[in-house]
Amino acid sequence: MNVQSPIAQHKISARHVNVFYGDKQAIRDVSIDFDRDVVTALIGPSGCGKSTFLRTLNRMNDTIPSARVEGEIDLDGEDIYAPEMDVVQLRARVGMVFQKPNPFPKSIFENVAYGPRIHGLASNHAQLADIVERSLKRAGLWDEVKDRLSDSGTALSGGQQQRLCIARAIAVDPEVILMDEPCSALDPIATAKIEELIHELKGRYAIVIVTHNMQQAARVSQRTAFFHLGALVESGSTSDIFTNPRQERTKDYITGRYG
Amino acid sequence: MTTYEHTIKVFDDEIGQLRGLIAQMGGLAEQAIDDAIEALKHHDLETAAEIVRNDKKIDQLEVQAEELAVRIIALRAPLADDLRDVVAALKIAGVIERIADYAKNIAKRTPLIDSHGQIEPLSVLPAMATLAIEMVHDVLDAFAARDPEAAQQVCARDRAVDDFYNSLFRVLVTHMMENPATIGQVTHLLFIAKNLERIGDHATNIAEMVYFAATGTHMAERDRGAFVTRQGE
Repeated sequence: MNVQSPIAQHKISARHVNVFYGDKQAIRDVSIDFDRDVVTALIGPSGCGKSTFLRTLNRMNDTIPSARVEGEIDLDGEDIYAPEMDVVQLRARVGMVFQKPNPFPKSIFENVAYGPRIHGLASNHAQLADIVERSLKRAGLWDEVKDRLSDSGTALSGGQQQRLCIARAIAVDPEVILMDEPCSALDPIATAKIEELIHELKGRYAIVIVTHNMQQAARVSQRTAFFHLGALVESGSTSDIFTNPRQERTKDYITGRYG
Repeated sequence: MTTYEHTIKVFDDEIGQLRGLIAQMGGLAEQAIDDAIEALKHHDLETAAEIVRNDKKIDQLEVQAEELAVRIIALRAPLADDLRDVVAALKIAGVIERIADYAKNIAKRTPLIDSHGQIEPLSVLPAMATLAIEMVHDVLDAFAARDPEAAQQVCARDRAVDDFYNSLFRVLVTHMMENPATIGQVTHLLFIAKNLERIGDHATNIAEMVYFAATGTHMAERDRGAFVTRQGE
């Protein structure tokens, strides 16, 4: 079920990835590719390893002391687990949006400006303001906040906060955006806005999204990967996975026959 | 690991209801074809009229099936084989309704044909009808059992119905040439034969839907009993 093709063609190529938390193996021999201009949905029951796998893609698991990653994950052909890899730089190139919106307790402007500033992407305030405006526009939030950029980011609604977090992620000009259930805390309207945003952003980035919502995976992604018990059971075009999955386990899960 | 049980039990109930409606429609349609041919054989105008009236019942069931299928799609968002199953049921309901219309059409022609006359080919129609009814019956069994092989077998039998039609066409045309006085009645018989031939085609269509619902792939061309040279079309 693993997608095997020349490694450098893809934005991200994961090969034979194993992840352990202490003695417990959370990911088993997963190989998969992610491309620019494609939204890939990772689906599977709770505890299947999809979030763990997502977090290997920008080394977020490094923050968990007992976590150990084996195998190879290449970003543009470069091994992201190589000793010389700058993790801060990596996380700018591979941005992340979390389940709960987590804006900094700072102004809307500062939330977006923080990344570009620490990465030295702007040499003066005008440039920084440009980046903030462009990022907020791309995140579909500009019109709603342009008159109150100095208000606290935490004063926004949940959906706006999540779009602010997306603006913050794209402000550093990433190549890949990882989203871990980005809509699970949002109402249907705010969810629809995020989904529309994902659709608009996909042309610029490779997007990988973890979701528990089958319909959301079907709506936003072009490719879908089904994880179960730490293994990648099946991956393929989203329409194939949802109309005619090859594996019984995939079918049982997406049709609600599992467990 | 695979069972047909969903975690949400009421989903199973609704799919069961939908499949039940299809089975009910199919049973009524088979009966209508059978009754129509019997009525034709015995010039039984009473039964023929009843078939025309009963067709409304099948129309109503089709409406029910459509409403239920749309509701399942809207409320349950079925996926994979469930989705293919519901879509197939929706389409099959429409096809059965058409099959029943052909039976009704045969019944409507019955008063116009004098079976006590000397139209000898009339004796071949019941055999052809039996074949067509079996196809309808078996393809709905295949749907009920989600059995793609059984569906393929139904397709293979369409050729026999077509052969019946082609030979009847020749016999009836010959009959008309020899007995110009019967042209009106025999034309009706020819239409009846055509109706039965179309019922076979519709059963074949259902078989293709059953195959797709069960497997997720389309039946290969050679399995559809295609390439039959049809005369008189």
